[in-house]
Amino acid sequence: MNQTPPPSLLSRIGLAFSAFFGVLGDAQLAARFAALRHGTDAPPPAPTPAPAPAPTLKQANPDAALQLLALLQRDARLIDFAGESLGAYDDAQIGAAARLVHEGCAKVLREHFDIVPVRAETEGARITLAAGFDAAAVKLTGNVVGQPPFSGSLSHRGWRVAEVRLPKLAEGHDARVLAPAEVEL
Amino acid sequence: MSAPGRTKGEQRKAARADGPTTTSANGANGADGADGAGDATAPRYAIGIDLGTTHNALSWVDLAASRDTDNPETTVHGVLPLPQLTAPGTVESLPLLPSFLYLPHADELAPGELALPWASDDSHVVGEMARRRGAATPIRLVSSAKSWLCHPGVDRRAAILPADAPPEVARVSPLQASVHYLTHLRHAWDLAHPDAPFDAQDVTVTIPASFDPAARELTVEAAKAAGYPPPTLLEEPQSALYSWIQASGGGWRKQVRTGDIILVVDVGGGTSDFSLIAVLEREGTLELHRVAVGEHILLGGDNMDLALAHVVARKLATAASGAVTLDAWQMRALTHACRAAKEALLADADASAQAIVVPSRGSKLIGGSVRTELTRDELGATLVEGFFPQVEVSARPQVRVRAGLAQLGLPYAQDAAVTRHLAAFLARQRDAVAELEGFAAGQTLAEGPAGASFLHPTAILFNGGVFKSQLLAERVLATLNAWLAAEGAAPARQLAGADLDLAVARGAAYYGCVRRGRGVRIRGGTAFAYYIAVESAMPAVPGVEPPVQALCLAPFGMEEGTEAELPALELGLVVGEPVHFRFFASSVRRHDVVGTLLDAWAADELQELDAISATLPAEGRSAGDMVPVRLHARITEAGTLELEAVPRSGDERWKLEFDVRGEREK
Repeated sequence: MNQTPPPSLLSRIGLAFSAFFGVLGDAQLAARFAALRHGTDAPPPAPTPAPAPAPTLKQANPDAALQLLALLQRDARLIDFAGESLGAYDDAQIGAAARLVHEGCAKVLREHFDIVPVRAETEGARITLAAGFDAAAVKLTGNVVGQPPFSGSLSHRGWRVAEVRLPKLAEGHDARVLAPAEVEL
Repeated sequence: MSAPGRTKGEQRKAARADGPTTTSANGANGADGADGAGDATAPRYAIGIDLGTTHNALSWVDLAASRDTDNPETTVHGVLPLPQLTAPGTVESLPLLPSFLYLPHADELAPGELALPWASDDSHVVGEMARRRGAATPIRLVSSAKSWLCHPGVDRRAAILPADAPPEVARVSPLQASVHYLTHLRHAWDLAHPDAPFDAQDVTVTIPASFDPAARELTVEAAKAAGYPPPTLLEEPQSALYSWIQASGGGWRKQVRTGDIILVVDVGGGTSDFSLIAVLEREGTLELHRVAVGEHILLGGDNMDLALAHVVARKLATAASGAVTLDAWQMRALTHACRAAKEALLADADASAQAIVVPSRGSKLIGGSVRTELTRDELGATLVEGFFPQVEVSARPQVRVRAGLAQLGLPYAQDAAVTRHLAAFLARQRDAVAELEGFAAGQTLAEGPAGASFLHPTAILFNGGVFKSQLLAERVLATLNAWLAAEGAAPARQLAGADLDLAVARGAAYYGCVRRGRGVRIRGGTAFAYYIAVESAMPAVPGVEPPVQALCLAPFGMEEGTEAELPALELGLVVGEPVHFRFFASSVRRHDVVGTLLDAWAADELQELDAISATLPAEGRSAGDMVPVRLHARITEAGTLELEAVPRSGDERWKLEFDVRGEREK
């Protein structure tokens, strides 16, 4: 017999608290606790198959995202615009600002990306997708059954970036400063 | 390699230049260096540099690859993207390098934020970031350096820019600013072409046709200081026409014919430039002759956008719903917005107004922005009627009398009307083609030159970003055609297909090809005759300045690499003392030969330029002696004017310098 010594008072207090929160927050644990209190043994955990190695998800480098935000702020004032509450303004005022933002966003997209439609057909056209189509570039919706070739109508042409031209950054440049504070002397 | 008309020497060069292409195709990169040495005599690329008032561009033609194309009129060419700072620590490649130089405060930027893809120092910023930064801190911004380079009232080698900088800012000279832009372009090239170093290529730098000899020489001096190989100069309107020829791929011969007179109207960001190019036939082939160039007019697209911004700002300041006064930062933003609104209105003939929003400077964008609009009427009144009014051909630019002590600034055109400047130019050059073969007949019979009050162009080529607006191009064409119709001449036609922003750079690179015997060359030589003032020998009359005569040193139409004869007249130079001569140019006196002495001339016939000076060293002579010399003119291969003093005996020669210190009386 491998009898463990009963826990001390101090550790029992800790255990009681963790049990309290554990039971409250975890329904599985609560069920097992109830079974223990009623003298029924907990069911042995079902044998689980050996888990497939979890796919590794890559962490995107935030620098490029920060760079894009800085460009959108510089040319389109996007962060100013999104950060402002619309409640106090009428639509004309918002519309005026939206012109700036729209023009600036279009400029950033135009200058830094070549964005082309995924599908050249006009929207609404009937198209046929042969077996082996690129599921990453075409999203099937609606009555998705049967085998390819699939035939359907194009509801959105999709967008694909053909070329990215982001500015190069100097060594040690702090990309987290999206827009420096401006102080007029 | 048996192209007809190619000389042996050129064939040899061609064979040699083909070498590197083959080698690198085999992947033998190590051999490139060795072949690069061969490139020193046969450059692989012809590089064209558009050193503009507001923008610079670099274009190239691959000479080696172009030789291999079947059609001798097609070329392998491109425009180099120019890496430049667009914000601190941010380098982007753009097709144009804005001609702005920013001189930052030592504490203004974090260390390393001015790093470029090549070794550079932190004392200055060139390009887009300089333009943006300078908009908010104009006291540290150098702009329009090129206009200062040809400003006769200032010393162009002295550190005078920015003109309104406080004393603690280390100023630069107009020459030095140009050196910075040219150096940046050289670095950009070397970064992209490590196997074809810039200084081993053929380099052409463009200048306004109206640049005087001193400004031309300063441009060459700036290029040398920027580490360039000896550059060739090319006039911008000619470059635009070369680009048009290049783009046509040989088709230009169908679009022009013998007897055509092409008017090139080049309205850039800061200057307007006119040239006339005649088409004639000699021995069965078409030839192009540049027969006249206009005056230097400091008036361009930037003035137009600024004028619109002032109209809108005035409207805001007097608005009934509450006057809004814009600060300098908002004014700058308004100018940008007006440019965009102008382009939208000019592109869409149905729109009656275009909204303009001036963003707030603070982070409250919606609450702080000012909304207004630019109407078609305002655009028409300001831009179309202000800068391109439909005037009579007899109209002339208005000259305002300057206030007693004008502030030392750029001599901007006093009359904003491009069409009035054009009318004056065509009238002054009425007889520009009178002596050209085939023209005398054409003009006399069909149009009667006696009745013609101005030179009648038959075709027009537009250049410069301003003419992206077809409306403005049409306005100029319509005005010209109204003048032509009034004198019974056929309307001029527009030569289409020009690349308005990059034509000058492209044409300059193509010119490098043309000078190697591919394609047609525009002839014409210098567009001015040059004179110095000599005091006439007559008894002194108290209170009357001795009358001045003008002695012609270099006749009109001297080609590159030619020398003028020695005039018979001798002048006395004092040994060891600098001697100054007043110096003049004429764009209309085509008949004067070397030695012609003018006693009198019409006010607009001769323009006074920077003085020239010579100091004779005392070698073998005693200081104070008078040595009789004759002055000799030469046009260098680069396209600059060189003047030398030649003594009666011996083979000594002393170079005369252009006085660019701005001491000329105005």
